[in-house]
Amino acid sequence: MAVIAFYLIAAVVLVSALSVIMARNPVHSVLWLILAFFSSAGLLVLIGAEFLAMLLVVVYVGAVAVLFLFVVMMLDVDFVELKRGTLRYWPFAVLVGIIFAAEIVLASVIGTADMETNFDASPGAETNAEAIGQVMYTQYLLLFQMAGIILLVAMVGAIVLTLRHRPETKRQNIAKQTSRRRSDAYELKDPTPGQGI
Amino acid sequence: MSEIERLALDYLPVIIFLVIGAVISGLFILGSVLLAPSNPDPEKNSAYECGFPAFDDARMKFDVRFYLVAILFIIFDLEVAFLFPWAVSLGTIGLVGFWSMVGFLGVLTIGFVYEWRRGALEWE
Amino acid sequence: MSNYVESLGQLWGPLLVLGQIALFTLVLLLSIAFLLLLDRKVWAGVMMRKGPNVVGPFGLMQSFADFGKFLLKEIVIPAGANKTVFLIAPILTCTLAFAAWAAIPVAPGTASGTSWVISNLNVGVLYLFAISSLGVYGIIMGGWASNSKYPFLGALRSAAQMVSYEVSIGFVIVTVILLVGSMNLTDIVNAQEGGIWTWHAFSFQHFPLILVMFPMFIIFFVSALAETNRPPFDLPEAESELVAGYQVEYGSTPYLLFMLGEYLNIVLMCALMTILFLGGWHGPFALGEEFVRDHPFVNAFAGLFWFMFKILFLFIMFAMVKAIVPRYRYDQLMRLGWKIFLPTSLVAVLIVSGYVVYLGVQS
Repeated sequence: MAVIAFYLIAAVVLVSALSVIMARNPVHSVLWLILAFFSSAGLLVLIGAEFLAMLLVVVYVGAVAVLFLFVVMMLDVDFVELKRGTLRYWPFAVLVGIIFAAEIVLASVIGTADMETNFDASPGAETNAEAIGQVMYTQYLLLFQMAGIILLVAMVGAIVLTLRHRPETKRQNIAKQTSRRRSDAYELKDPTPGQGI
Repeated sequence: MSEIERLALDYLPVIIFLVIGAVISGLFILGSVLLAPSNPDPEKNSAYECGFPAFDDARMKFDVRFYLVAILFIIFDLEVAFLFPWAVSLGTIGLVGFWSMVGFLGVLTIGFVYEWRRGALEWE
Repeated sequence: MSNYVESLGQLWGPLLVLGQIALFTLVLLLSIAFLLLLDRKVWAGVMMRKGPNVVGPFGLMQSFADFGKFLLKEIVIPAGANKTVFLIAPILTCTLAFAAWAAIPVAPGTASGTSWVISNLNVGVLYLFAISSLGVYGIIMGGWASNSKYPFLGALRSAAQMVSYEVSIGFVIVTVILLVGSMNLTDIVNAQEGGIWTWHAFSFQHFPLILVMFPMFIIFFVSALAETNRPPFDLPEAESELVAGYQVEYGSTPYLLFMLGEYLNIVLMCALMTILFLGGWHGPFALGEEFVRDHPFVNAFAGLFWFMFKILFLFIMFAMVKAIVPRYRYDQLMRLGWKIFLPTSLVAVLIVSGYVVYLGVQS
């Protein structure tokens, strides 16, 4: 039964991945991409890596694809213009494709037997998440810290690239507002008639 | 039944729920299509804009800040994603795991402070 | 599902599960109909109005009358709209809100440590987190597909808003997982067995932690309001500025689907809060082991009662907030999410994890 499910889901992944590059409307492309992510999550469930499956949905569908959708829907990019240049890249694309295909074939020829017999999604623990947690923060501590630094660079980079201040806008300063007292705002005078202040 | 088959079987109802949800929603719309009248006319089908005819295409350029929020969200979402497996296995990885995460969060807090100081979190 | 297939065989196991799903669906949809009415009644009550009271006794049939009315309205698709995406958006919203319910455990099982749940997922919390993070799609797609200015602005605002509060929801969920050591919703509920003082919102057994966990409960509640676009965070559909936000061009059943999805999500958030912080199906007083062992069915039904009671309580809180609190301004909303909730919940994660590590709560 798991085999049937695998081929079914794998077919969906392939079809939706193809549709991503075939679709004329870029928004449809992103929607197909989301379907591809979803089905890949299904494949991960089938090998028992449920935590990774959920993470794929949370990070890629819930966050990354939202940004993609933002960009294609709302950034007024002229996609016809962009596609005109595609023809020039064909040879390069074919080359990359061949290399990818060769790598996959190589990996499956050399690694098949090993993967089928020794595959375990949660070695040494009850669930996939625990298995990952038990090694990632201790055994792979250095890589984990590097991931943190990469995220830091991404954060700083995003701010440097996109943040523009418009000087004329008015901002609310909560602390200033709440610390304002009656005595700061006005004072009472007692003018004598006919003299003024 | 193998462990993996059992696990996959637990996810089957999720698919069934998705299908049922889609079918019910589809039926609702189909019901309206079948039961409700349909007299389209150009005025009715134009986009709502307080009585004016629309001036131009509604999909316009907008503030880059919305992208910034989306990007910052991805980064913090990844941070949360790193926290989940750590939270379930904190009992076994103990102090090393705890301080390793404190270091990770510390690095990101630097970024957060930078963000705050630069005013990236302020909406104008 | 696997346990039924094992005990009842390849044919009857799946059939039983299908029957459960059908029953669950029916009950869920019916309760949404009445909760919608309750929401309107509470809102009316705060304003000293009567609320819907014409259709049926006390207006009980109001939601069904509304449903009939929606069904008989013409579906108007704006001329400039992208038709497929325009119709997919509400279907997606409703379907996702619906699918999330597959993982919610509603009552204790008759054997100890189990529960009545359609899918007992090991990563249940993460599944709900994932599904709720997809809610933004229906809104972006609907707002974009309409090709109209108000929906577009509403969708933009909404996307940024939902995304901002999701981060703090994630951190708050992590604090609960830290205390339990599991992402399974049944485990999380069972960790709060033994009366009101063991509920995570109060956590008296980890005494000083009430100072952290109770604020976390409040943050989750407020973030849930923002996540479901409820007042005071209903800026995406703020009627005084954006008419109805992303829903402007929607009418008839597509609009109904948006509404249904919204209410399914609200009740889902109430259920999630109940499970994470208010002890799920456990009553405020422990029943005692012997009683539970001797009367498993009484225990199951009592559990179901408490679970629904707590959801109802939280739902009324949601309705009251809608009636009482004025709407936020957009910059204040972003400030609350990024500058207050995010750092607070991050510090809370550190405090709780330090507590867990140094006192060896998880083992």
